[in-house]
Amino acid sequence: MNRRDFLKTSGALVVSFAAFDDAFAQAPQPGRFDGPGTPELDAWLAIDASGNVTAYTGKVELGHGLYTSQTQLIAEELCVPLARVKLIQGDTDVAPDQGTTSGSQSHPVNFNEGGLAGACATARDALLQMAAQRMGVPASILRVEDGIISGGGRASLSYGELIGGKKFNLTVNPNAKRKPASEWKILGTSVPRLDIPALATGQFEFVHNVRVPGMLHGRVVRPPDVGATLVRVDESSVKAMAGFVKVVVKNNFVGVVAEKPWQAIQMATALKAEWTKGTGLQPQPTFYDNLREQKASRDVMTVNSKDVDEKVTKASKVIKATYRHAYQMHGAIGTSCAVADVRNGKATIWSATQSVYPTRNTTAMLLGMKPEEVHVVFTMGAGCYGLNGADTVSYDAALMSQAVGRPVRVQLSRKDEMAWENYGTSYVIDQRVAVEGTGADATIVAWDYEGWTPGLGGRPGYNNPGNVITGFLAGAEPAPFAARAATDPNNYANNLNIAPSYVAGSVNGRSGGTGNIKSERVLTHNLRSQFWTGPLRSPERLQNTFAHESIMDEAASSVGADPVAFRLKHLSDPRLIAVVKAAADAAKWDARPSPQRAARKTGVARGRGFSCVLYEGNNGYSAMVAEVDVDQDSGKIFVRRFVVSQDCGPISNPDGLKNQLEGGVLQGMSRALTEEVTWDATKITSVDWRTYPPLYLGAELPVIESVLVNRPDRRATGAGETAITLVAGAIGNAIFDATGARIREAPFTAARVKAALTVRG
Amino acid sequence: MNVSLKVNGQSHTVDVDPTTPLLYVLSDDLALRGPKFGCGLGQCGCCTVIVKGAAVRSCVTPVQAMNGAEITTLEGLGTIEKPHPLQKAFIDEQAMQCGFCLSGVMLTAKVALDKNPRATDAQLRQELSGVLCRCGAHTRMMKAIKRYQQEVRA
Repeated sequence: MNRRDFLKTSGALVVSFAAFDDAFAQAPQPGRFDGPGTPELDAWLAIDASGNVTAYTGKVELGHGLYTSQTQLIAEELCVPLARVKLIQGDTDVAPDQGTTSGSQSHPVNFNEGGLAGACATARDALLQMAAQRMGVPASILRVEDGIISGGGRASLSYGELIGGKKFNLTVNPNAKRKPASEWKILGTSVPRLDIPALATGQFEFVHNVRVPGMLHGRVVRPPDVGATLVRVDESSVKAMAGFVKVVVKNNFVGVVAEKPWQAIQMATALKAEWTKGTGLQPQPTFYDNLREQKASRDVMTVNSKDVDEKVTKASKVIKATYRHAYQMHGAIGTSCAVADVRNGKATIWSATQSVYPTRNTTAMLLGMKPEEVHVVFTMGAGCYGLNGADTVSYDAALMSQAVGRPVRVQLSRKDEMAWENYGTSYVIDQRVAVEGTGADATIVAWDYEGWTPGLGGRPGYNNPGNVITGFLAGAEPAPFAARAATDPNNYANNLNIAPSYVAGSVNGRSGGTGNIKSERVLTHNLRSQFWTGPLRSPERLQNTFAHESIMDEAASSVGADPVAFRLKHLSDPRLIAVVKAAADAAKWDARPSPQRAARKTGVARGRGFSCVLYEGNNGYSAMVAEVDVDQDSGKIFVRRFVVSQDCGPISNPDGLKNQLEGGVLQGMSRALTEEVTWDATKITSVDWRTYPPLYLGAELPVIESVLVNRPDRRATGAGETAITLVAGAIGNAIFDATGARIREAPFTAARVKAALTVRG
Repeated sequence: MNVSLKVNGQSHTVDVDPTTPLLYVLSDDLALRGPKFGCGLGQCGCCTVIVKGAAVRSCVTPVQAMNGAEITTLEGLGTIEKPHPLQKAFIDEQAMQCGFCLSGVMLTAKVALDKNPRATDAQLRQELSGVLCRCGAHTRMMKAIKRYQQEVRA
């Protein structure tokens, strides 16, 4: 049974949405898009007469196992077997508005006291109270097993008998007692992913497989150059082609609709469209230098102790370096796809968006409809790793369907996906650290970070369809960019990991950082990008951490200190210290300064590198060891081994977590070694897997060892983005350890490694 | 043009533009879910099917070249209830994340091991050098393939 059939046949589960209480109706946090959720218990779950549970969540499966771990959570809290739980995710008709599944927020939001966990705990509590009343005994002496409440010497009662088919009519109690992790039987175990059998046998319905009656096929025609606008379209160039339905134009948005996909593809190629010249692009070779010259800048000071310059001037040693990080792509393996049916004043969009409610709002804006007239049904896409083309293609399909009054499926071409997606942004970062003392006494006394990073658009959220290409082409503007001088921060917020782990993070007398360096200044210049940008797995955190972990290594080397010992000396957070030690111990870290005592300067050299982070300053602790071989003749890097430790609070599914760590490591390796967006004077030139080379399955693969640090007594944090954050730093440091050559620009292509080796001499 | 195909043991005749890539016939005319559009350029493997014991990239194969062919897709190997041993190995190893790439990974591996059950690691890597997974499930996938290989040889 597919999802739509299930929804159709599960008619007993009527879910209504009352007006939100004020306490819950707060506006979504800008940039986090968590969504308000809902206080209505009946909006989260329903139990039928046979005791089967249907639950609803706004946090959706993206290939990371969340569907399974949320099902485990529900089964655990409600004390029912997994098989009795059906989970409906991301549907604006029935699921609560939990904003966007992103930012490693699904565990923090749904696995602690609130969200889905809070709803389940409230329901179990309510069922126990109901049973206690019916039995005439105190609830405290009752126990639940497999959805049956017993104890007190009375006949047991099943959930079905107590609530079957009826509503709770209760508000979620944020203080409802969660089951302690020590009592977990389902959560905390490696339950195999519930969707994998269907995936492995080709039965799974991706959004790419959605077929609705009368469905047509659309194809977009994007501008040839960045900034080009439409002059005219010659419909007659395609009108006579087989299967022609319509050429759809809205401002600079152009699409063709045909009866069959191959017809649409041929029409998109054949369509004669005239465009203005593009706006032109800054040349790639001087891009980073130009970045810091840009005048219009929105400056953000994360922390400023105001004594950095003084400390640096007086210090016995100052280490300075500049790091660069390329724009990179999500590069989903399946190009983005959506199906839309817009007619008779209603719209249904089958979409792989991470944000069904925001997408409902912004699609309504583009279509000139009301949000409540738009129904967005999450249907899984290829792994997205952030804001790929899922939102933009939902707009593509909706615009074309509205224009033809029939359902339209759109799947982007590889080039349309890669040339216009919201890239993970680039960075140029100046790092300066002041060191006092020598040898074992050496200590960093001041840390000075200044970064420049361009941005344009981003997640559309609830109000900005122009933040992605289709919305922009159709006439919406991206969220405005306003230049602004930096002001002193009011509190310490390090959610982009702009500040390194080693500073105290002291603002207004409180230290929010994980380190002990008290003299600290962290300043970012946000600039306008010439390309679309948006969150890509570990957005900004990855680029910043690469720069932090590299300069930390340079500082350790400059004083002859072991990189792990030197890190530990500057850390104050016990959990971060614990993962650092766990990774080092598991890797049997060879404590000594880097680089290793020089062997030959030709042939293959082996080295090891370290990095660590508290993701987003509060959302998951991780440390990593990378062991690499550097072919000094070709500049090629072969990573032989990764050891990665992770503390994300109580672990929901150990094998699922391991899978995430392994995936983060390999995706991070691919990005660290080869992935880079490229362009010429007018357009993007990395438009397929030849021009944007990824890590293929046949590559020489490293051994990956995971060290899971379980903390059943702590809050659940994110875990999907920590490992990837550490990879470039760990590999770069290992290259240095192996060869003495420091590579400060990611990705570490063979040419760049070779150049660094040449500079080394 | 009428094209006859035998897909997963079932015969079909479809009236299509003969230049249509096989992929669209499989995924749209025949509504199969296994073969998928990944790049349309033969660079990733998502559209892979098996024809005459060879892994064929259906996104760059005109359907007219396949007239009369017997084609196996990922769903042709086994079912949820009765998975093919290779599918079972992937399930047992939890060897995927999003799973979109599996036609390329599994069918390419199957063809390689059908041809040479004793393929070395280096030979397997060579066979999979043009197959892409973007989630980074590589090590698990290789483990699942090796597990299947052990079974084939046993």
